[in-house]
Amino acid sequence: MIDTILQGLLLGGLYALFATGLSLIFGVMRIVNLAHGDLSILAAFLAVVVVETLGLNPFVALVLVAPLMAALGYGLQTLILNRLLGRGILPPILVTFGLSIIIQNALLETFSADSRRLNPGGIDTASLALGSQLAIGWFPFITLAVAVLILIGLQYFISRLAVGRAFRATSDDQETAELMGIDNRRLYGLAMALSLGIVAVAGVFLGIRTTFTFSSGPDRLLFAFEAVIIGGLGSLWGTLVGGAVLGIAQTIGAKLSPGWGILGGHLVFLVVLLLRPQGLFAKAERIA
Amino acid sequence: MSLLSVRNLSAFYGSFQALFDVSLEADEGETVAVIGANGAGKTTFLRSVAGVLRVPAPAVRFAGDPVGGLHAHELVDRGVVMVPEGRRIFPSLSVEENLLVGAYRRRPGRWTLARVYDLFPILAERRRQPGTNLSGGEQQMLAIGRGLMGNPRLLLVDEVSLGLAPVVVRDIYRVLRTIAAEGTSTLVVDQDVSQIMELAQRVYCFRKGTVSLEGRPADLTRARIAAAYFGV
Repeated sequence: MIDTILQGLLLGGLYALFATGLSLIFGVMRIVNLAHGDLSILAAFLAVVVVETLGLNPFVALVLVAPLMAALGYGLQTLILNRLLGRGILPPILVTFGLSIIIQNALLETFSADSRRLNPGGIDTASLALGSQLAIGWFPFITLAVAVLILIGLQYFISRLAVGRAFRATSDDQETAELMGIDNRRLYGLAMALSLGIVAVAGVFLGIRTTFTFSSGPDRLLFAFEAVIIGGLGSLWGTLVGGAVLGIAQTIGAKLSPGWGILGGHLVFLVVLLLRPQGLFAKAERIA
Repeated sequence: MSLLSVRNLSAFYGSFQALFDVSLEADEGETVAVIGANGAGKTTFLRSVAGVLRVPAPAVRFAGDPVGGLHAHELVDRGVVMVPEGRRIFPSLSVEENLLVGAYRRRPGRWTLARVYDLFPILAERRRQPGTNLSGGEQQMLAIGRGLMGNPRLLLVDEVSLGLAPVVVRDIYRVLRTIAAEGTSTLVVDQDVSQIMELAQRVYCFRKGTVSLEGRPADLTRARIAAAYFGV
């Protein structure tokens, strides 16, 4: 049982990576990015290209892929999504939904429907013994550690740096933030860059952990949503807890019966939605 | 030459016209008052000057340049900073963080955190508290201090005394006098005429989106102001 919970917790690290970028975008600009999952898969395929052409380890490939995705995010926000500002909640949903379909089809055209995997050279199967009964995989452990480090970095960024302050001010009151000299369009570009930089890490870690295809994105989006909502919208550390709860629920479900893993996650999500729709940590320190 | 020169400014919310051919001048170092009842167009006027509303470029000139239609952050770079109606303190930021956001563009000038704290010692005492924990008067001080952190050449203050107790209003006006004495031009909007007439060198009264009266406070009688204000 402890083993199951531990494995779920580690899986939660991966979900937290997906959820953080989504939560950040929603917190700063109140936009739901429906292409979030597909963008993570795009990052995984970019890593495949980098690994195959340059012969790099996927972890090293992130040094190229994460900045590339961040640049893509800045461009996507400033060239397309900023045009939708001030037109209500629906246009960003429709545009990011369309983007999701475009990305999936472009990936299908370019990389075929074959499933892929990133090979990090052994670390994905290595494990660390914790006593005689318990062992955890090095790779899931690294995933969780990276998720925690990214959250600590983001926390520092948002609470200490001038740009992070501007994120919070814009999230509170966009018009007044503009009056203080904050260029919200540029700021939204930075937020999307940060979000996609983090989602690139999530996508590559996913690709190392399991196989993926051009159509793996929507599932990732769903899990990210569930983690964000379980943890509480806009709460940075809640996102980690939400990811962990989801991961544990899925692992316990899968333990009971191999087909019940995803179902277990959905059920816990529904229970949280019924009993505490604001999420577990809605009143904790807000991202925004 | 005027620091701010507004010529025949008209402004719209959709098809609703809120300002009709408004003209206004403010010189460097001057304090200008804009008075008028609710709905007279005072806030619309400030929002047009501060870049929140899009207006034609030549309608607003600042330091000689046409600046109408520029974004708010471009105007902040040039030294036009607006303190909005209702204070609009950022609730998730502390008092000090609110002030620091005011300095986001890093425009150089005489105002620093230390000098704003000198001006408003109460803010220094409460620097770590959430900005919205302050009383209404303290929040107005914070909003003004936050505006000063942008080192404005022209500080626009909307509805400075709205919702504040008379004793607090006197404090706020004392500070506005200090700011003016330091050489920062200010354009202050208030519905309450009594204090602002002693502060300003020039007064504009707005009514129904037009300027119904303008002049130097000493030249204006109470009867003329009342007539321009209420339209009777």
